[in-house]
Amino acid sequence: MSEATTSVAQAPGAWTLPYRGKVGMACLIIAESAIFTIFVVAYLYYAGKSLTGPTPGEVLETPIFFTVCLLSSSLTIHFATRFLERGGRGGFLGLWFLTIFLGGLFLFGTGREWHRLIYDHGLTISTNLFGTTYYSLVGLHAFHVTVGLIMLSIVFLFGLAGRVGSEQTARVETLSMYWHFVDVVWIVVFTVVYILGR
Amino acid sequence: MSSDAMAIRAAEIEGRPWVETMHDWITTVDHKRLGILYILFAMLFLVIGGIEAILIRVQLMHAHNDFVSPQVFNRMFTMHGTTMIFFVIMPFMFGFANYLVPLMIGARDMAFPRLNAFSFWLTAFGGFLLYFSFLGGGGLYGAGNAPDVGWWAYAPLTSRAFSPGHSADYWTIAVLVSGFGSIGTATNIIATILSMRCPGMTLNRMPLMGWMTLVMSGLVLISISPLSAAQIMLLVDRYLGGHFFDTQAGGSAALWMHFFWIFGHPEVYILVIPAFAFASEIIPVFSRKPIFGYPVMVAATVCIGFISMSVWAHHMFTIGMDSAANTFFVLTTMAIAVPTGIKIFNWLGTMWGGKLQFKTPMLFCIAFLFQFLIAGLTGVMLGAAPFNWQLSGSYFVIAHFHYVIVGAILFCMFGAIYYWYPKITGRMLSEGLGKLHFWLFVIGFHLTFDLMHIPGVLGMPRRIYTYEPGRGWDSWNFIVSIGAFIQGIATLLFLANLVISYFKGPKAGNDPWDAWTLEWSVSSPPPVYNYAVIPTVASRRPLWDRKHPEDPDSRYE
Repeated sequence: MSEATTSVAQAPGAWTLPYRGKVGMACLIIAESAIFTIFVVAYLYYAGKSLTGPTPGEVLETPIFFTVCLLSSSLTIHFATRFLERGGRGGFLGLWFLTIFLGGLFLFGTGREWHRLIYDHGLTISTNLFGTTYYSLVGLHAFHVTVGLIMLSIVFLFGLAGRVGSEQTARVETLSMYWHFVDVVWIVVFTVVYILGR
Repeated sequence: MSSDAMAIRAAEIEGRPWVETMHDWITTVDHKRLGILYILFAMLFLVIGGIEAILIRVQLMHAHNDFVSPQVFNRMFTMHGTTMIFFVIMPFMFGFANYLVPLMIGARDMAFPRLNAFSFWLTAFGGFLLYFSFLGGGGLYGAGNAPDVGWWAYAPLTSRAFSPGHSADYWTIAVLVSGFGSIGTATNIIATILSMRCPGMTLNRMPLMGWMTLVMSGLVLISISPLSAAQIMLLVDRYLGGHFFDTQAGGSAALWMHFFWIFGHPEVYILVIPAFAFASEIIPVFSRKPIFGYPVMVAATVCIGFISMSVWAHHMFTIGMDSAANTFFVLTTMAIAVPTGIKIFNWLGTMWGGKLQFKTPMLFCIAFLFQFLIAGLTGVMLGAAPFNWQLSGSYFVIAHFHYVIVGAILFCMFGAIYYWYPKITGRMLSEGLGKLHFWLFVIGFHLTFDLMHIPGVLGMPRRIYTYEPGRGWDSWNFIVSIGAFIQGIATLLFLANLVISYFKGPKAGNDPWDAWTLEWSVSSPPPVYNYAVIPTVASRRPLWDRKHPEDPDSRYE
């Protein structure tokens, strides 16, 4: 049947649509943004409403170094994909590993901060409203960093095995969209938790 | 000898072991099979949710009835609401989107077939998990079984103190899991529509079903996610001792309301926009005219999508917001009536001067037009804050939203099944049984939901398990229940029609309705690969062009 379709002459190849992976990732990012928005709203709504201490002003320290780590990993992943596009395997793998390393360093920073808050200040998720909102917002972000690191590591392992070439650029770029998103979310979380929330 | 062997071999091919067939269905990633699974799943839960509704109506038939206990009554209305919203209408709409959108836009499958299967099974297991609560909800406390917190589960009713055991957890996790499934399918639909259209199928030529499904999926992304976030917070409260909705530690019960309704109102449009999509496909075909005002329809749909994000607090007028907030939400609620009204005029404009054919799908769509109008009018009434203060939480509200969900959405769902059943199964549904189903259902529907407004105006609150005699509610409730039974019988007739016609119905052929969208160009049921050659289209009605090469639409668009 379909052969008989009336067709107005359309040059083959003139019909290009966006890459489905990127569209899918964009959808995921929209949905995730909505989830983070709700957690951010809850954080701001409850800021200063805790009935007991400790308060953010007393215990939070601004994690400048680890923030710089995470944000610069956005640059490294960007240049890693550029290397991949041009077929520079060594540059790709090196920068990709650097991205994983910087992301790992950031997670380590979060872990160290949580350890300090729990053991030095006695702040847990059930202590007060600040604890509940802080751990869930920062924890939700850390969870996304962890998922991102797992996916980055899988690509890295495939890359070491020589299975990631320039023909995979679109897929790798899709993953780097996610990583950029995780970084942008951190800018919001950082602003809300460490600047506005104090 | 040899011919015997041949016969045996043929029998083996004919009668494959049922285990193998089951295995094929369970592991399938084909959009058509997943669509059918979604629809069957929705049908199963439609029956279950319907039985719960019947139990509720039996209990309320007369004053001081003790057919079910108050506890069971609470479980019934909670499960009925949750089931109908999350496990009947949403999977049904996703099922049809899954089945039809790739066919309509000339694609061979969805963008992510495995994500598609994953999303379906998340939704399915969410539903089974919700119903497992009847067995497991008591937990070690032996307290209650199925969730009984109402479908919006206001805090602090869901806190450990008021919901011991696991009943509230089953509700939370079932809704959370099926929510992830919905987000997966919505992502898939958007990627399919944006990236898989066949050559020539510009967004401007896409069937309205494609546009409306696109808007609906966008709404799913933006509004199911807040619900998921709120459910995660509720789980943190219940399992990790968090204080999000714990008023004794400074938390806010009103925040849950906001989070729930930020999901809850767009959800209404997530459910009704696909119903609009069905009407927009069916009405033109049975009016023998192209849809009136295609660009305006698209614009109105997108407009509804945007406005629906800003009306949620009209569910909360009675909690005491300030007058600025009240005014804002009254105005946005009134505003959303405008694009909705435009749509109704466009459907009427499509029918105006057309050669109307009153086949069963068209009958359901015509009833939808009338009933949706009335539902919209009571919606405008409830959208006015002072009126809402008087009637919020009464049976007037129940009557209003059932008018939307049954009178508009369910009617379009029935219409869609009568319209696309021939494509899906290759057999026509019986027109006679279909018309009987239609008229019985219309009578039952109006007996139930027209009259339900009245006890609401007389002050009958929702969610009460019984009432005192002599308040003027008795006879209304009795008739309302009778109407519910008639709807139940009509639904059974419908199910019987589905089964009988599957075996006995006349063969449908490729295009039984002389329709214009691409799904009717392939065989019924369509081949696994949909299109042997990917079609090329030049107008909004590609099949019209093919049938009328002397006067194609492409000449005028």
